[in-house]
Amino acid sequence: MTAPIVELDGVAKSFGAVRALAGVGLVVDAGTCLGLVGHNGAGKSTLMQILAGTLAPDRGRIGVAGQDLSRGYDVVTAQRHGIRCVFQELSLCPNLSVAENARVFHPSIRGMGWRRRAAELVVAGLDRIFPRHGIEPGEVVGDLSIARRQMVEIARAFSVTDVPVRLVILDEPTSSLDALVAEQLLAFVRRFVAEGGSAILISHLLGEILETSDRVVVMRDGLVVEARAAADFSRESLVAAMGSVAEAASDRAAGFVSRRQGEPACRASPADQGQGPELRAWPGEVVGLAGLAGHGQTDMLVALFEQLGPKRSALVAGDRQTDGIFPLWSIAANISVGSLRDMVHGLLIDPGAEVELAEEWRRRIGIRTPDMANNILSLSGGNQQKALFARALGSTADIVLMDDPMRGVDVGTKQEVYAILRAEAARGRTFVWYTTEMDELAHCDHVYVFRDGRITAELAADALTEEKVLHASFADEAA
Amino acid sequence: MSALSRPLARLLEKPWLWAFVGAALVWLATIPFTPGRGAGDVLTAAFTFATFFVIVGIGQMFVITLGPGNVDLSIPATITLAGSVATKLMDGQDALIALGFVAAMGCGLAVGVFNYALIRALRIPPIIATLSSSFIIQSTAIAYGRGLRIKPPPALAEFTTARVLGMPVLAICVIVLAALMSVVLHRTIYGRSVIAIGQNQRAARLAGIAVDRTRLATYVMSALFASLCGYLLSAFSGGASLNMGEEYLLASIAVVVIGGTSVAGGFANLPGLWGAALFLFLIVTMLNTYGLGAGIRYVLTGLIIIAVITAAGGRKPLR
Repeated sequence: MTAPIVELDGVAKSFGAVRALAGVGLVVDAGTCLGLVGHNGAGKSTLMQILAGTLAPDRGRIGVAGQDLSRGYDVVTAQRHGIRCVFQELSLCPNLSVAENARVFHPSIRGMGWRRRAAELVVAGLDRIFPRHGIEPGEVVGDLSIARRQMVEIARAFSVTDVPVRLVILDEPTSSLDALVAEQLLAFVRRFVAEGGSAILISHLLGEILETSDRVVVMRDGLVVEARAAADFSRESLVAAMGSVAEAASDRAAGFVSRRQGEPACRASPADQGQGPELRAWPGEVVGLAGLAGHGQTDMLVALFEQLGPKRSALVAGDRQTDGIFPLWSIAANISVGSLRDMVHGLLIDPGAEVELAEEWRRRIGIRTPDMANNILSLSGGNQQKALFARALGSTADIVLMDDPMRGVDVGTKQEVYAILRAEAARGRTFVWYTTEMDELAHCDHVYVFRDGRITAELAADALTEEKVLHASFADEAA
Repeated sequence: MSALSRPLARLLEKPWLWAFVGAALVWLATIPFTPGRGAGDVLTAAFTFATFFVIVGIGQMFVITLGPGNVDLSIPATITLAGSVATKLMDGQDALIALGFVAAMGCGLAVGVFNYALIRALRIPPIIATLSSSFIIQSTAIAYGRGLRIKPPPALAEFTTARVLGMPVLAICVIVLAALMSVVLHRTIYGRSVIAIGQNQRAARLAGIAVDRTRLATYVMSALFASLCGYLLSAFSGGASLNMGEEYLLASIAVVVIGGTSVAGGFANLPGLWGAALFLFLIVTMLNTYGLGAGIRYVLTGLIIIAVITAAGGRKPLR
């Protein structure tokens, strides 16, 4: 038996205080396909970026084909050893043609007629994987649909010039492909593996993983928790391995009382919901939006915000820099911007009311600063987030929409905010809360699970288990 | 820190300080070389001409504060159109002064709405939208004002050139106007909205700010101020002409930037406009007084502006 293509051992990586990988070992044998599954934030993509050389690990050993390459392992080393990666965020240059993109990736194509040879290479790759693909090499990538861009990206990763391809990492390759094209890709992966190549397949579609892989590795919280032959797993045992089912006991479930009487405070359906449950929230309720990241929850919140208007609703941004912070303003101004309408006397904003509001929320939510007139950027990330909470909670809006607002917030702050949310809900405020953290769903009275921009399940707190949420998040094959 | 140095430190933080320092230095460097005319006369002239820079600068400042890419290039054409229309309608009669004013403001309103319609409905970047609309506006003004040789109403002309103790009455009015707009900028919901949009338009929308309404109002306001400038300028200079707006394109942007307003948006101040407008006029006066040729004058103007912006750029607007 030859040495494995890839051998990772004790690989760890932290981003600031967040530990993405806590010492991971992974072995990929020649001529096999490895399926890699796990919940959001389990560390799959970080691990693959380390293997592709785009991220350096904090510690750990990286072995390729029997050689120890841990020192100075980077993209060039990975490429030289035939390791290719199709990233979730596509890496094509949108302003170049398909053929020109192939050339960017293969520096060995040079001299007269390079454009023609690059075109031949990429078309041959496309023909091999996606027969009848209908993509012209002269087309500019930016004009292609997302699915066709994905196909070009995949074909480019499998195309060979000077270095043979030994391992291809496919990170969610089918997420933007339709069923037929996805089928073509997976069939090709099987052929590629049968001819002696290796592949790592990351997917949230568990059927795909079980059909295509030889072995399946399950990650959770930056660790590998299970690694077995694909034949030993079933859908159910895979879901169970990914989540911590036993820990799903909910605070709200004990003594849960439904508030669903009378008229709901708001109701809405995702744009392409069609048949299926409608999102409804009653006064005093905390409603959770669950599911995998980017499956339409944020769009739902923005749609709700536009439907309800700024008088009735306020939004707490999770992506602070893009959606929340005004970087040139003081902490106080960042909070009061949500309540300007209530602070106007005659035509002018009352500066006294602004100071009062800011001081009240400094006390209530514990913003750690000597002076609320300091610039917002003088605060730590968690305290900036508290200011954004204060902006929404300090307004008169009776419906508060929260867009995964606990990203990068430490445990202590989270507990403080949960307590305030409960107190505000008890006073009759409604919260619609998108969260990617399973633990936070335990604070909700009612949970809607999203997948592909649609609500696939509706769970009351007394019926909520992590397993049910995971099932609904991956519901397609079951349906 | 002593009680005296605290206010001083706060003054040194002001972004508009450098424009005034620059203006004062240039003025001091000019007066020894102005035989026959006193230092006061130079100042009077500076205030007279700076007034018009400030009027258009106010509108441009609000537009620029809306954030990257926002600028109004149609100001010169709007000045010309409003000046021509008002002058022709008033036909030199004092009784029609009010009508001329309303007509000029009507021009401004139409131009502002048209500009924002291009930006919003057709999704044209503001710099292109206002540039192309300025061609249309300028052509309209040419067609309308063909053979225009009309004097302004005497009462209006007198008002625009009147002085109190050497200070132009119009300048006093515009100082009051700038103070008023400063209150609008910092103490009204509209002003806060402009500053918020300039820092982060998406965050502003999600914080419940009426982004579209605010931007529309700002482009309309810029066109209204340009029209006001055109109306007053045609009265001041004895009638409208087709190139009367020419020098106000760069001047409107220069007074905003030299005055300490952020070109990237989200940070603005009114006093700086006055400092910068005086500074710009006084540089030209100084270089003229020294009797330098046109070429060297332009080079020095450029270098001095760069120096002031560099000096002012050292501080970080953290508040």
